[in-house]
Amino acid sequence: MERNNVVRWLLNYGIILILCLLVISFSFATANFMKLSTIFTILKQVSIIGIISVGMTYVMLTGGIDLSVGSIAGVSAVTAAILMMHGVPIVPACIIVLLISLVYGAISGFFITHFNIPALIVTLGVMTSLRGLAYIITDGMPVFGFNDNFGSFASSTLWLLPYPVILAAAVFIIAFISLEKTCMGRYLYGVGGNEEASRLSGVNVVRIKYFAYAVSGLLSGLAGLVLLSRTNSGQPAAGLGYEMDAITAVVLAGINIMGGEGRIGMVVIGVLIMGVLGTGMIMCNINDYVQQFVKGIVLIGAVAFSAYSKTMRSRMMNK
Amino acid sequence: MGKPILKINHIAKYYPGVKALDDINFEIYEGDTHAICGENGAGKSTFIKILTGANTPTKGTIEFAGKKYDHFTPHEAMELGISVIYQEFSLIPYLSVAENIFFGRELKKGIFRDMKKMNEVARKLCVEMGVDIDVETRVCDLGVAYQQIVEIMKAVSRKAKLLIMDEPTAPLTINETNIFFGIVKKLQKDGVTIIFISHRLEEVFELCQRVTVFCDGKYITTKAVKEIDKNQLISFMVGRALADDYPKTNSDCGEVILKVEDLTNYRVKNISFDLHRGEILGFGGLVGAGRTELARVLFGADVYESGNMLLRGKAYKPHLPGDALSSGIGLIPEDRKNQGVILGLSIKDNIVYSVLDRCCQKMFSYIQPEKERAYVDKYIHELNIKTPGVDQLVRNLSGGNQQKVVLGKMLSTECDILIFDEPTRGIDVGAKYEIYQLMCKIVDQGKSIIMISSDMPELIGMSDRIIVMCAGNIAGELDKKEFSQEKILELASIH
Repeated sequence: MERNNVVRWLLNYGIILILCLLVISFSFATANFMKLSTIFTILKQVSIIGIISVGMTYVMLTGGIDLSVGSIAGVSAVTAAILMMHGVPIVPACIIVLLISLVYGAISGFFITHFNIPALIVTLGVMTSLRGLAYIITDGMPVFGFNDNFGSFASSTLWLLPYPVILAAAVFIIAFISLEKTCMGRYLYGVGGNEEASRLSGVNVVRIKYFAYAVSGLLSGLAGLVLLSRTNSGQPAAGLGYEMDAITAVVLAGINIMGGEGRIGMVVIGVLIMGVLGTGMIMCNINDYVQQFVKGIVLIGAVAFSAYSKTMRSRMMNK
Repeated sequence: MGKPILKINHIAKYYPGVKALDDINFEIYEGDTHAICGENGAGKSTFIKILTGANTPTKGTIEFAGKKYDHFTPHEAMELGISVIYQEFSLIPYLSVAENIFFGRELKKGIFRDMKKMNEVARKLCVEMGVDIDVETRVCDLGVAYQQIVEIMKAVSRKAKLLIMDEPTAPLTINETNIFFGIVKKLQKDGVTIIFISHRLEEVFELCQRVTVFCDGKYITTKAVKEIDKNQLISFMVGRALADDYPKTNSDCGEVILKVEDLTNYRVKNISFDLHRGEILGFGGLVGAGRTELARVLFGADVYESGNMLLRGKAYKPHLPGDALSSGIGLIPEDRKNQGVILGLSIKDNIVYSVLDRCCQKMFSYIQPEKERAYVDKYIHELNIKTPGVDQLVRNLSGGNQQKVVLGKMLSTECDILIFDEPTRGIDVGAKYEIYQLMCKIVDQGKSIIMISSDMPELIGMSDRIIVMCAGNIAGELDKKEFSQEKILELASIH
């Protein structure tokens, strides 16, 4: 019994240990790692992936997946840049971009629910098309010099905390409340846990799925705006590969890839692991190719662990 | 009549709490066509699964062609020459007839498939069996009967010694059945031993030499078909005496609450019936007779093409289960784990799942825990759900308690028509009785129940009226004084 409890704790919260281990090993590897500035760099770094991961959590809780997040971020960034260059003020430009990204998400939702196509395929298509769209509207060239004030968002701080970090924290808090305390949140878990039972309980499954993909699109757009503010240039290739980091973070957090299980709070840890790993490797002068290699391994490892812990848990239950 | 090719010695298969098969003991002679009969749930499928190696028996031995086994692996069964033709085909639709016949053991020329040779051998097989099929057509382009025949050719080409046919004629039309019978008779002439399972008793008398009857997992008898008639066979299948452990008393049925007229979709045809207030209306019939499909239409889970429904005198047109629930119709589905509960959520979350919007503060649909608790406490108490706490995951509950959770979920919507689809399947005896009591309590409150059940004693013991369905149609309606298992089985069997 005693041993079972330890195993259970490890299955549920083991990734906190992994995060600690990563931090400790990197602080031994490079002297600069354990500095306040590094911590803020990491937080700033992960705020974008963090925002996207929240949307990804919504989608994955329903049992789906969204590969289009990176492309939506990219196309949103360049759209906002172009709008501002044509004189649209910051706030309306941002609102327009966010609404468009919501529609991008809803388009995925439309094909997934009405044509019954696997989410993987639909969002793969959307990902590719939107990346193409980003190149089309920019002619493949970066967009510069749109609005000087816009860049100050990412570099400003409130009591030491950079604005993007505060924004990401706010997104997490709202997501926490919506997932844990509202009907919609409960339905997301229900649909992912058992779609047919949810339907037969009178839940409008189609609406729930639309909602999940729309949220994912909206938050990807928001992440794109933060990215634009940080880089101060609208790059059509912006956000490339973000889906990979977000999915890894969410799976690390123990969100069941089949849907219906997992807690948003743990996604924070998953995102931090991705950030520590990325920044740590850069500080240890590990080159980009190796980083990519490692990230792929981490994703497979996380999925394998998730599958393993599921069988372990059911085995312990049957004893 | 030859020597026994298959001897079943005291075979038993136990699942936790259920004896699916208990002490089965009989012989099948070489070259015979041997029928196995029994109601739904009599243990026929479990028995077949043991013969094909899909299940391992808990006790007993099987003697096949003179050798004793305590179990088979599927591979061993195949090597021994035991082949099954299932109701659902195991063919690959986009491959040709010949490719299917040789699937998994292709003839080869070096590392390549020798398609020419396979076609040739398949063609020869067709001629031998007197079948006129182009072996290069894709299986999906064939009719159902010919697909069935391809299945048989596949088995024959494997040199099957024992061919098991599980309801082979169920999907066939009369013409197709005749073609199929021709092939079976040919096989009989060639000396192949066949185990034949069918709900169509006429077929048993037409094709088989001997028949074995199972009932409730027990072996009843084996007879030569010449010695018995259809009525005797039915009485063997029904077997057990009716236990009067049903708490149902006669209820006062009130006015018509739901009127269904000519309801038709691709699974049910021209269904018309009335449901009265305070009544338990039973639906009997074989598995696949369209009862579940009808329930799903009433509940808005499936579409219907034509027909009318009047609920409390008003037109009722459900498009989604949500419509049904808000009109006061609830469904407790047959497949509890896949359609009823959400295993990964707690008891509390499951019970309030259908009324979550009523537990919410209006503005942000923020769930108010005290409202949730009110519902949950009420139904945990009322339904006597045994659990250490409301946050227990439904996954950890017994079948009976899971069923009560689903019932609680539906009752919380305050619906006054409840459709129970196989309400006590896979539930232990004690919990069964509790479910029956709850059903009585529900109708006593003036609500109505539609109960679909394949458990005959339950159907007879609980219903006020029984409608028997067969092949998507209503085959007949029985009043309480006409209830008998023989009568129901007769209406349910395909004529």
